[in-house]
Amino acid sequence: MTALASLRRIGLPRLVVHISVLVICILWLIPTFGILVTSFREPQQIIASGWWTAMTGSSQTTAVRMADGSAARQEGDRYVISGSVFEAGQAGRVQAFGTKVTAPSEYKVGEPADLGEGETLTVAEDGSYTYTKTAPFETGRGKRVYLTVSTPPAFTTQNYQAVLTSQGIGQSFVNSLTVAIPSTIIPILIAAFAAYALSWMEFPGRALILAMVVGLMVVPLQMSLIPLLKMYNDVGALFGLPSRSYAGVWLAHSAFGMPLAIYLLRNYISGLPKEIIESARVDGASDFEIFIKLILPLSFPALASFAIFQFLWTWNDLLVAMVFLGTGRDQLVLTGALNALLGSQGGKWEILTASAFVTIIVPIAVFFVLQRYLVRGLLSGSVKGG
Amino acid sequence: MISQLVSAFGAVIAGVFLCALYYWLSDKLLQLVFPVRDGDGDVRVASRNLARRASVRPWLFLGPALLLLGIYLVYPVVATFILSFYDRSGTTFVGGANYAWAINDAQFRQAIFNNILWLAVVPAACTFFGLVIAVMTDRIWWGNIAKSLIFMPMAISFVGASVIWKFIYEYKGGKETQIGLLNAIVQFFGGDPQVWISMPFWNNFFLMAILIWIQTGFAMVILSAALRGIPEETVEAAVIDGANGWQIFWKIMVPQIWGTIAVVWTTITILVLKVFDIVLTMTNGQWNTMVLANLMFDWMFRGGGDSGRSAVIALVIMAAVTPIMIWNIRQANRQSEGH
Repeated sequence: MTALASLRRIGLPRLVVHISVLVICILWLIPTFGILVTSFREPQQIIASGWWTAMTGSSQTTAVRMADGSAARQEGDRYVISGSVFEAGQAGRVQAFGTKVTAPSEYKVGEPADLGEGETLTVAEDGSYTYTKTAPFETGRGKRVYLTVSTPPAFTTQNYQAVLTSQGIGQSFVNSLTVAIPSTIIPILIAAFAAYALSWMEFPGRALILAMVVGLMVVPLQMSLIPLLKMYNDVGALFGLPSRSYAGVWLAHSAFGMPLAIYLLRNYISGLPKEIIESARVDGASDFEIFIKLILPLSFPALASFAIFQFLWTWNDLLVAMVFLGTGRDQLVLTGALNALLGSQGGKWEILTASAFVTIIVPIAVFFVLQRYLVRGLLSGSVKGG
Repeated sequence: MISQLVSAFGAVIAGVFLCALYYWLSDKLLQLVFPVRDGDGDVRVASRNLARRASVRPWLFLGPALLLLGIYLVYPVVATFILSFYDRSGTTFVGGANYAWAINDAQFRQAIFNNILWLAVVPAACTFFGLVIAVMTDRIWWGNIAKSLIFMPMAISFVGASVIWKFIYEYKGGKETQIGLLNAIVQFFGGDPQVWISMPFWNNFFLMAILIWIQTGFAMVILSAALRGIPEETVEAAVIDGANGWQIFWKIMVPQIWGTIAVVWTTITILVLKVFDIVLTMTNGQWNTMVLANLMFDWMFRGGGDSGRSAVIALVIMAAVTPIMIWNIRQANRQSEGH
């Protein structure tokens, strides 16, 4: 039994805990859930009502004109115009109607409304109306009627189709993959070799290098930007290459992830049983062979932890990509594209929410599938106190 | 698009292959330069060569990593320091002029003030919520699911999170329906909708909420692991002595995880000092929300870029991080001595 288990018997009533945690979970999920729902709604509905009403549909007040007098037919002593307030293909339910703008929902649906001067108007829930008059109708413009219409919940994948093609999110998705995959994999081997040297090889300066790695873990990226930008420009000019390229971003991400990679892997590799490595040495294996045949396979969990961190970090990064890859339309990664859309399409929530969801879907999938490794990495990555 | 992905995978394969080739070739070269033959060779030469190999090999293993760290992290720190004494193009020495500018610049002071505000609120809020949630979720059967959900925003980019929250803070003028959740709630309780992100001073807190939302999960995971590591006897003893749940939490459990709380606090502090994406996407520093990292980025490109001024701002961030860096190194040293 753990300490927490024994606390369980004496602490707050269990029900309070259940409810509090439930409330916190809902609070934490609502923001993401909101954009998920919104990204599947139709643009008109998004601005007409909050996403939390998406399931109940939205209700709006609109005005339409009925057919004019030329469409009237005579039935007995009354003249009748009938039709539908909806255009073909339009769906909705009329909740109330009126004929004056000051009272747009004066009358109930389905009941004949007496408009005076021998006129009555009935509007049914499905939108069909019957307008009668004891005298002939005037021709010309039809009478205006105000309606409170509830639109049924309607969901669409249009927004996704739009952002993936016309808004360039599809291209950015590919750019993000192009940045993230090499930047995740290339540093692993380099860091693993270094971590092995720092764990199982004796040499002068080892403690110093280790201290330097720990120190470099927290150096702000901002310190590196100006000199590196100058260096990239100089190197580019020297060899006639563009100063902003994927290769440059891969190297930058690899280097910025290096301190954490070395630290994580060293923590793990130095904790491997000494006997295995020593018996391999006695059998005449060189350090190189020991590393390839023993250390790499054994450190898989730590390698996976780092790979997840690095992938999330490179996929979600905005600063490095903006500085070293540029902000042209073709070079934007997903985060950059989303940032640009916030500027150019601000307020067009169907585009923003769908784009945001495309951006976050990959890391969230990675997170849920590989959470175990992520947590393990977090626990060994933070310098433990005490 | 396809060709771009193919080239990315090509880069992965080429990169891994080149790295592997380097380590393999350098090892072979080492054996060639310092040969050790079985049986017929001079034993003293052989053992001397073995020792030489052993002294060179660590540097071969470390070489590429040190090269990357040197070029991308160590050299820039030195270069930024030097650049801070030069003019906007980095060619003319101007002494402390950039520092003098910073002290007298209203926007710089604003950024410092806002950063301090962020530092005062975000690490404390994340640690507090993280601790409370960790304690609660450890006591219920579906705690792991709850933790997963609260931890999830960690995977979301700051830009993505900004869009998510911008939608919550959305304001519609006039008689339009409020589609932002916050304004809808305010309206529901009879209040007037507000333009939250352009409300000076208070808008900082609306931006901080985003980072707190992202980072609480991190604090929760680490603190939860620490809570599980508390020896049961200490709590049992307190129970026998008649302590109540509140006393046990504050007087028995929290003191035992101070070290971990400090780690969580400092990790988030470092993150807060570097906060950039959220401010860029939410306000771009308008309405008095400027922070140091954004001001620095701004000066990197403003009017063709001013490397001197932005170097000064970067150094201020660096100076703020340095005490934590030293503390981290000490902790790591103590830990490896204990190994």
